[in-house]
Amino acid sequence: MTAPAALRRADPQRARAARARPSKPPTKRSTPLRTIAWHGLMVLICVVSIYPLLWMARSSVVPETEIFSSPSVVPSGIDLSNFPAGWVANPPGFGQFMLNSFVICVGAVLGNLIACTLAAYAFARLRFPLKGLWFTVMLGTMMLPGHVTLIPQYALFSAIDWVGTYLPLIVPKFLATDAFFIFLLVQFMRGIPRELDEAAEIDGAGRWRTFRSVMLPLTVPALATTAVFTFIWTYEDFLGPLIYLSDLNDYPVPLGLRMFVNAMGNSSYGQLFAMSLVSLLPVFITFLLFQRKLIQGIATTGLKG
Amino acid sequence: MRSSQTLKAETTAAARSAAPVRPSGGALSGGAARGRAPKPRRSPRQRGEARAGYLFLLPWFVGLVGLVLGPMIVSAYLSFTEYDLFHDPVWVGLDNYRTMFTDDPRYLQSLRVTFTYVLASVPLRLAVALGLALLMNRAVRGMSFYRAVLYLPSLLGGSVAIAVLWRQLFGGEGAVNQILALVGIDGPSWISSPDTSLLTIIVLAVWQFGSPMVIFLAGLRQIPQEVLEAATVDGAGAVRRFFSVVLPLLTPLVFFNVIMQTIVAFQAFTPSYIISNGTGGPVDSTLFYTLYLYIKGFSEFEMGYASAMAWVLVAIIAVFTAVNFLGARRWVFYGDQS
Repeated sequence: MTAPAALRRADPQRARAARARPSKPPTKRSTPLRTIAWHGLMVLICVVSIYPLLWMARSSVVPETEIFSSPSVVPSGIDLSNFPAGWVANPPGFGQFMLNSFVICVGAVLGNLIACTLAAYAFARLRFPLKGLWFTVMLGTMMLPGHVTLIPQYALFSAIDWVGTYLPLIVPKFLATDAFFIFLLVQFMRGIPRELDEAAEIDGAGRWRTFRSVMLPLTVPALATTAVFTFIWTYEDFLGPLIYLSDLNDYPVPLGLRMFVNAMGNSSYGQLFAMSLVSLLPVFITFLLFQRKLIQGIATTGLKG
Repeated sequence: MRSSQTLKAETTAAARSAAPVRPSGGALSGGAARGRAPKPRRSPRQRGEARAGYLFLLPWFVGLVGLVLGPMIVSAYLSFTEYDLFHDPVWVGLDNYRTMFTDDPRYLQSLRVTFTYVLASVPLRLAVALGLALLMNRAVRGMSFYRAVLYLPSLLGGSVAIAVLWRQLFGGEGAVNQILALVGIDGPSWISSPDTSLLTIIVLAVWQFGSPMVIFLAGLRQIPQEVLEAATVDGAGAVRRFFSVVLPLLTPLVFFNVIMQTIVAFQAFTPSYIISNGTGGPVDSTLFYTLYLYIKGFSEFEMGYASAMAWVLVAIIAVFTAVNFLGARRWVFYGDQS
């Protein structure tokens, strides 16, 4: 366990100063030629990496016979007919699936925003007995495999007749069961200067008022991260809807897509790819809009992505 | 979980942009210590604050008791019973656990599949992530564009659509074989052959290297320029700098990623479900642990058995995490050690 010699010799004073301002990545000796080579390599890596997506996009707009006859990602022509055909091919159709997904996502996002923010404020700012213990418990639940609670939760929701409704997918979010977001918000709130809420308290604001009028507005960036991640994970969730929903008309996109695969699987690949592509669009658009936020969220909390 | 205390420190390290060189102690433990400080007498103000604290935590408490701790106790009990949801549970003692390890070849197969998956996909994914992060750690225009593109698969990869795509990509006439044909290789039908089907799911997992890559990249950014300069002054070349300075400073992050990715990998479900059409086939070659748990619990309604499986999974993950922590003393470097 030997510390690197260079580090041991480094002046602690300087090291501390360096910690305060993140260093710029090395810029030395980047000749134009090297930079061009680097860009070339990066472009190559990117193309390889998103090749599957490009192949899917191309396969959704070409005739069936072309899909499996070449690995190219450049379509010979563009025929969009798979999209409207696939959209309505399987009743109740993707419009309904999208709407269902949207309803579940809105519920889940609201739940996480409200419940996780409340809990995070308590952990970040208030002093109360056993706080350390509860915080540890909260972190512990982050690590706990969901499968341990899966069956009793199912039994519980089935006993109160919630199976077949969206409630099992939404209500837990209003009870802050996604500890990841509590953690994310706690970390963010700790970075907000305490003077601000102290000032509010001196001015006579109560806890609730301080939370609502001072903390909440300052926490907006972290709330956005929470909302975006909750949306994406809820939208992509497969196991939850698989267990709790059985009526086709209630299916969200992942279940709808799977049903589509089972029904059309070997008969209409073009439509299959078209609908797979469509099902990725909400996440993709969210990604385009909030790309910076998502990447920051990953980088600062180590959220699974 | 027994490791959460230590993990707490870990997660904090990652939380603060995972600064590899960090001051001892942390915001988190500081906060916890404040909460625990002995206060023999509470002023009305403090009592008010305590009440407010618990009020703000109320929804979380209800969830914790009703949806986490309560169900955990119930599932521990159910694991010793035969239970099908419609009849009362029947106590069978350790039978479920005994059956698992002595009388259920499919269960043992699901263990084999899952271990293979975890032990192959986690190191590979992290290696790719680290390699690319090192390559990308430059102040060049366009860096954030590349980072975004490479992060995309990790955002989409867990979805049903991608699993559907994977089936076709690695099918008998899929794009992978089309490409192999260009260089004269006649590829098998990757998905429908029991020898290669698991491999396709591992490839799918490795493909989602984006999020650890982003974490590594953030960590690399935090390495103080001065430290690297000091190493250069001391005569260290690029290779030496990497192995003696950069890599040791990154080890807390590598460690953090190993822990998190392992926990997530053990619970992988969607890809195996979609790619094998819910069966774990061909010949159980993609029968992931969680898929088998789902089949047992929700198709065969052996919910006692499935609960027992869930607890064994917790035990496995706890052991893996503990082993990681023990091993970590040998290779994880923290800046505050001298």
